[in-house]
Amino acid sequence: MELTKVINDVEQLRDEFPLLHQEVNGYPLVYLDNAATSQKPFSVVESITNYSLGYNSNIHRGVHHLANLATEAFESTRKKVAAMLHTTDVREIIFTSGTTDSINLVAQSWGRKFLKEGDEIILSMLEHHSNIVPWQMVAEETGAVIRVIPVTPKGEWDMAAVDQLISHKTKLIAVNHVSNALGTINPIEYIIEKAKAVGATTMIDGAQSVVHFDVDVKKLDCDFYAFSAHKLYGPTGVGVLYGKAEVLEKMNPYRGGGEMINTVSFDGTTYNDIPYKFEAGTPNIEGIIAFGAAVDFVNSLDGEWVKQHEQELLAYATEKLKSIDGLKIYGEAENKVSVISFLVDGIHPFDLGTLLDNQGIAVRTGHHCTQPLMNHFGIPGTVRASFAIYNTKEEVDMLYNALVKAIAMLK
Amino acid sequence: MTIEERQQEIISEFNMFDDWMQKYEYIIELGKDLPLIKEELKSDDILIRGCQSRVWLHAELKADKTLHFTADSDAIITKGLVSLVVRVLDGMPAEQIATADLHFVNDIGLNAHLSPTRSNGLASMIKQMKIYATIFR
Repeated sequence: MELTKVINDVEQLRDEFPLLHQEVNGYPLVYLDNAATSQKPFSVVESITNYSLGYNSNIHRGVHHLANLATEAFESTRKKVAAMLHTTDVREIIFTSGTTDSINLVAQSWGRKFLKEGDEIILSMLEHHSNIVPWQMVAEETGAVIRVIPVTPKGEWDMAAVDQLISHKTKLIAVNHVSNALGTINPIEYIIEKAKAVGATTMIDGAQSVVHFDVDVKKLDCDFYAFSAHKLYGPTGVGVLYGKAEVLEKMNPYRGGGEMINTVSFDGTTYNDIPYKFEAGTPNIEGIIAFGAAVDFVNSLDGEWVKQHEQELLAYATEKLKSIDGLKIYGEAENKVSVISFLVDGIHPFDLGTLLDNQGIAVRTGHHCTQPLMNHFGIPGTVRASFAIYNTKEEVDMLYNALVKAIAMLK
Repeated sequence: MTIEERQQEIISEFNMFDDWMQKYEYIIELGKDLPLIKEELKSDDILIRGCQSRVWLHAELKADKTLHFTADSDAIITKGLVSLVVRVLDGMPAEQIATADLHFVNDIGLNAHLSPTRSNGLASMIKQMKIYATIFR
């Protein structure tokens, strides 16, 4: 695929995603589960194939030709990701298996070393279980205390509570940039400023943000930023942890093995430098190389067009769905990405999801790994439609029609 | 009727439907029509947690070693599916339930509901029924 052109046309874009062109249960597939995982363009799949068929090899230590090719391709992804996040220091990019893995790395390597009894960890009600459980595990071990930012009925942080919660006791603030369940874009700039004022460390879960807009970690000035490749047109099993070099250098690795060492003897071992000391074992080489192709793909998109297209889909879908009697949207934040979570009066989300699937519509139903948030709203879960750059207004119409049909059957 | 005859009866009922909509309309009707379980019996003790919909299963062993089931779900499609399974196994000897092959779910084209990705509690419910049957046979 030629990637020098700027893609700003949805039909041209859909041609890059072969998976979209298929029927499901006799209906054209309408893929609206992008917040769970996005689809892969040709170039990403091609990259996996090229590696597997052309230069499959282990990286870093080989002296042979194939090992050099693989190492170069692998490390070029690191450079691309660094550029994407606007850092010039490639050592600040650690490859993990996903956002969950990235957060666990911070919890184990940073949390266990720096958190003490009585220290406070601030999370929000909007967090994914992946940004709750690792901190509960560390809190239990260190005696640190978890405090939770409540949300308003619209699904935004309660800002008065944010101001109240942050104090000299705050050691860490770990929050998502964008809520996976509701689509809310959180004012992380504000909370990072607040954190710095009290000397707290900041960990941003960016799993749901990087696909929607540009993220500049240097401007944000957060300590950690995590995301997954598979929500950004890349393969599963690849994640990124950005960490400030000076913070990473103070942390101990929590996984031992190959690549992360300098010298090993039975008298003692010295660790490799960052980022390698956090990358024990053979990584997902083909996945990380293909992720480089995904970043190239993102760079080929017109960012302004992406924003405009997604926001148009969001506005159109919100208006259409709101016109359905008894339908309630959860998450009506001022700033949100193209995600709509909803319920229909008296209908279980599982029933809606099942009948939508029978009409070729792929949505997510359930608690979206945010049980505290669902409990807060007093609901078992929602139906979530999440739109990507390759979705169209026609697909929104298809969702609407399928939904009307499903509701008629269930009422 | 034996377990097999009950399954055949359901299969022939479903053979009458031309498309998925009719099939699901029928399942939804089953779900709506049947108040399967007494409210006071719906405790967390008998709750089978699926990832998405919840299923309650109550089992009673009679002196003749037959097992009697009542069940319910918060999702109506799950409830309809649950009522079909109950219809096949209810009142049967524990011995037979323990070894029953519930092929009708597959035969009526609803086997996707038993896959782990559906997580609707149906598969867990069937498993729980068989555990009861194995204990009591």
